[in-house]
Order: sequence, then structure tokens, then C-alpha cells
Amino acid sequence: MTTIARSPLHSGRTAVHEDAPGFDVERVRADFPILREKARGHQLVYLDNAATSQKPKVVMDAILRYYEHDNANIHRGVHYLSERATEEFEEARKSVQSFLHAARPSEIIFVRGATEAINLVAQTYGRVHVGAGDEVLITTMEHHSNIVPWQMLCEEKQATLRVAPINDQGELILEEFEKLLGPKTKIVSIGHVSNALGTVNPLAEIIRMSHARNIPVLVDGAQAVPRVPVNVQELDCDFYVFSGHKTYGPTGIGILYGKLALLEAMPPYQGGGDMISSVTFEKTIYNKVPHKFEAGTPDMSGAVGLRAALEYLERLGMDNIAAYEHELLAYATKVVSAIPGVRLIGTAKEKAGVLSFVIEGIHPHDIGTILDQEGIAIRTGHHCAQPVMARFCIDATARASFGLYNTKEEIDALVLGIQKVQEVFA
Amino acid sequence: MGDLRDLYQEVILEHSKAPRNYRELQNPDRKAEGFNPLCGDHFTVYLQMQGETIQDVVFQGSGCAISKASASMMTQALKGKTRQDADELFERFHNVVTGHAAANGSDAELGKLTVFSGVSEFPTRVKCATLAWHTLQAALAGKQDAVSTE
Repeated sequence: MTTIARSPLHSGRTAVHEDAPGFDVERVRADFPILREKARGHQLVYLDNAATSQKPKVVMDAILRYYEHDNANIHRGVHYLSERATEEFEEARKSVQSFLHAARPSEIIFVRGATEAINLVAQTYGRVHVGAGDEVLITTMEHHSNIVPWQMLCEEKQATLRVAPINDQGELILEEFEKLLGPKTKIVSIGHVSNALGTVNPLAEIIRMSHARNIPVLVDGAQAVPRVPVNVQELDCDFYVFSGHKTYGPTGIGILYGKLALLEAMPPYQGGGDMISSVTFEKTIYNKVPHKFEAGTPDMSGAVGLRAALEYLERLGMDNIAAYEHELLAYATKVVSAIPGVRLIGTAKEKAGVLSFVIEGIHPHDIGTILDQEGIAIRTGHHCAQPVMARFCIDATARASFGLYNTKEEIDALVLGIQKVQEVFA
Repeated sequence: MGDLRDLYQEVILEHSKAPRNYRELQNPDRKAEGFNPLCGDHFTVYLQMQGETIQDVVFQGSGCAISKASASMMTQALKGKTRQDADELFERFHNVVTGHAAANGSDAELGKLTVFSGVSEFPTRVKCATLAWHTLQAALAGKQDAVSTE
């Protein structure tokens, strides 16, 4: 479809934006009730999708339906509802399996989010395989959730956390990364898409280099799963993690994918109900995967909501979503970088979803407050990636991050907002 | 929600661009570091004391317009004041930026600091306005650890 808006590129004139073929953004927007909200008296412009995404109505409906018709504790009762709830939960697992193109449903473990998934691997696989003098390899561009769990492990085991550097564009320096892979490296943990810079990492190369030395690779897909098609078998990664709430699903649910053989060999993470086959005070026999890693009553409505979100994305087509968001990002990159005094942080060739920037002489926090007055939601700060800020010698950035419902008109509003910021500080 | 001009008053913008007493003291009697982990703002406040009197107070660091202007104007307001004066002033300042007390131009004690009253309309920015003051308190108390707004 075609929409008309005033474009700041041609001030005063009318710009016509053509959307990507095969993707009707106005229809998509109608699926997200919150987009009709006003913020500070303006139409909400939500550009904070890397922090969390909004939810389509089908996700809310699925959660409501679950509580209205299916709710009972799973894997326990012999009664009708427990059977239904168990089926819903296990169907959700299959839908995640299909979305990630995993080989088996048992390779999909429900957790609270990407953060818990990384902690799980660090505290199980990590504690078994990482010993004194060993190394864990990450990169400069990781989110704190892919730094701190490994630091905690390394501290406990007297191991060393090694960090592969990035260049001025925010791209991983592959040669340096390869040099850091050594006999002491026990695991590589790397983001698929950087939340602070938008960089898409060359996973195929990274995984090939690591596997050539028999080093397993965990991929933090928190920013990737909502934006690009993911096929864990093609990638051949050993672990892949993501969060439901950044993927248009509910909060409190996330996924750890792991290759079956690895998961089977790993000790459990938390102890409790559902993760056991039998318990006596002398000895407990653990349940099979995935249940071994799902102690306690899980987030059943969250799993149902996540399934609804993933099926919604599948109906739209991840290829279509990726193409549309690529176009949005290209447009935003062009118009925002054209504003005098604005500098982009993160200019990798391969990027997705994230536009981080700074304005000369104006702190990002002030940018955020002024844009907020225009109803524009962006994130300002270090984005839980302080080492990235240190790498670029800045304290913070302003970050606009896009979702499948954003439009070029909203990016135009962002540009006008930035111009207003500059007026206030002129 | 208030008007942007209430928050970003000319005086505040001017101080943020050209902060006063923005330097390091080589041999301070006391100093403290403060940071806001949410936005990465961080300041160091240096003090030269004469008994209970603040002979000199300077600061360095980085932060948003509000936090920098607040630090700058705090140093101006406190030079020559006693520790007790500083505590009282902070209390009044805090009440004004959190909206617990109406500021008016005739508030002789607060003086120029009343320009920060607009902050009360922007709750997320209260920590910006008070960061330097919290850091000052830590310096006066001789605390070793960095103070945090969280």
C-alpha cells in the first residue's frame, strides 16, 4: 500500500512512501492494539523494540483462552484439564521447534528468557567443562547477560574470560576472533544481532572456526529471532537462546535450544518437581530432557502466548519481515545520518533492527526526554552493553529500534523530533 | 507532564554547556564518586574543607544537561557554606525537584537553584538533578564506595 507523509528530507514537500511488496504494514498495525495509544498527547511512535516488543491481539487472546478453557498443572494430573494443559504446553514446544528448525521437540527447553538460558548453560555445561586455566570466549559487543554469567563461572573456576574485539564500524574482527580460539577455549558465546549496535554477526564462519577446534558455540538470539529467519540446524550452533517478550510474545518466557547429546550429558540446573523420575532421600533419578531442565510448574500461559506469537510471525513470513525491516533500517539510516551533528554508532555492513546514535553536545538522556514529549519512545543509555560504550569512548547512545509494525512515517517523526532536540539545545 | 522549557531553562542549558568549577582538585580533603547505572552518568566531587566549612568544591565527570547543570550550580551555591548548610540546602532542593515543596523565586535560601523546579514534572529526571548532591553527601561523610542512584 501507499501512504503519504511530510518527509523531512524534502521539507515542506510531500513524500510518498512505498512499502515492501508482500507486506501490508497497516494491516499488521491493526493487529497491535497498543499502537492506538496516545503518548503525551501525540500518536505513540514506539521505537524501543529491542527492549521489548508490543504484542498482537492473537497473543493476548491465546493467553486469555488458555486461562478460560485449559488451565491446570501439566505433566501431573490424570484429569481432563491437566491433559489439555499438558497438550497445549507440549504443542507450544513443537511450535518453537518448528520456528527454530530444530531436529526434535526435546531440544527445546522453556526458561524465563535469554538471560536465564545463558545462566543455565554456564551453570551446567560450563561448570562441568570449564576448569582452572580454561577460557570462555565472547566478544566486545555482548549484552551484559552474555558477559556476567560467564564472568561468574570464570571466577568460580579460576578460568579466564577472553573477549574478541570489534572494529570502528562495530563488526567483529574475525581474524582476531580466530586467534583467540585455542586449546584452552571451552565454549564460545556470541550474540546473533547486537542490541546496542545492530551488527549481525557472521555466525556461519564463527561456528565453523570454533567447531574446527571442537569448541561448542552458544548463540544469543534475543535480537535476531524477531527479525531474521533462524535455522539452528543449518547454523549448526550448539545452543541458541531467545526471549519471548522481544519476539512479540509475553514476558516471563524464553527458550534454550540445545543439541540433544549435549543436553543429555548436562547436569540439571534447578532441582524440584517435574525434573525427576523418582525421588528417595537416598537417591534421585532425573527426568529425561527437556523436563530435566524444567523444575517446578513452568510458565504455561507464557508458552501458549509464545506459540501464538511465533505462529503469527510464521503467517507473515520471517523473510517478508526481515525484508521490510531491512528497508526501514536503510531508510532510517539515510535520513537520520543526514541530520547535521548526528553520528551513528554501529555502521556494520550487516545490520538489523537497531539505529544507535549520538548528537554532538547533547546527552542521549536529554534526547530521550525531548522525543518523549513528542510521543516517541526510544531507549537512551548504555543498553546493558557498557563495554560497547567504552569501545566507542561514549557513555551512552540514543537508540531507535524497529519492529515489524513501524513505518517510514514514524521514522520521519523521529527525524522531526531530533530536529526539535537540536532546537531546544541551540 | 510539564513543558520542555520548564525543564530545560536557559540557565540550565547555559550551565550544562559551560559548567562552573569543572576541574579536579589535586589534594582534596575529601572526594567521592557517584553514578547513575541506568544512564551511565558519573561524577566525582572534590572538597577542600576548613573545619566544618566547605572552602572549595569542584567536580568532574559526564552526564546529561540536567545532571551537569545541577552539579555546576551546586558547587556555586555551596562554596563557603557549612556542612549543615549543605545538608539543609539539599533537603530543600530535593523537596523542590520531587515536587514536595513549591519553589518560588523569592526562596532566598535556594536562590538560583529554583530553576530546577521544572524537574518535578519529569519524574524520570529527578535522579539526574540529585546525582551531584548525593555524591557531595558521600564526600562529606567520607564514604569510600561510589554512590549510586539505584
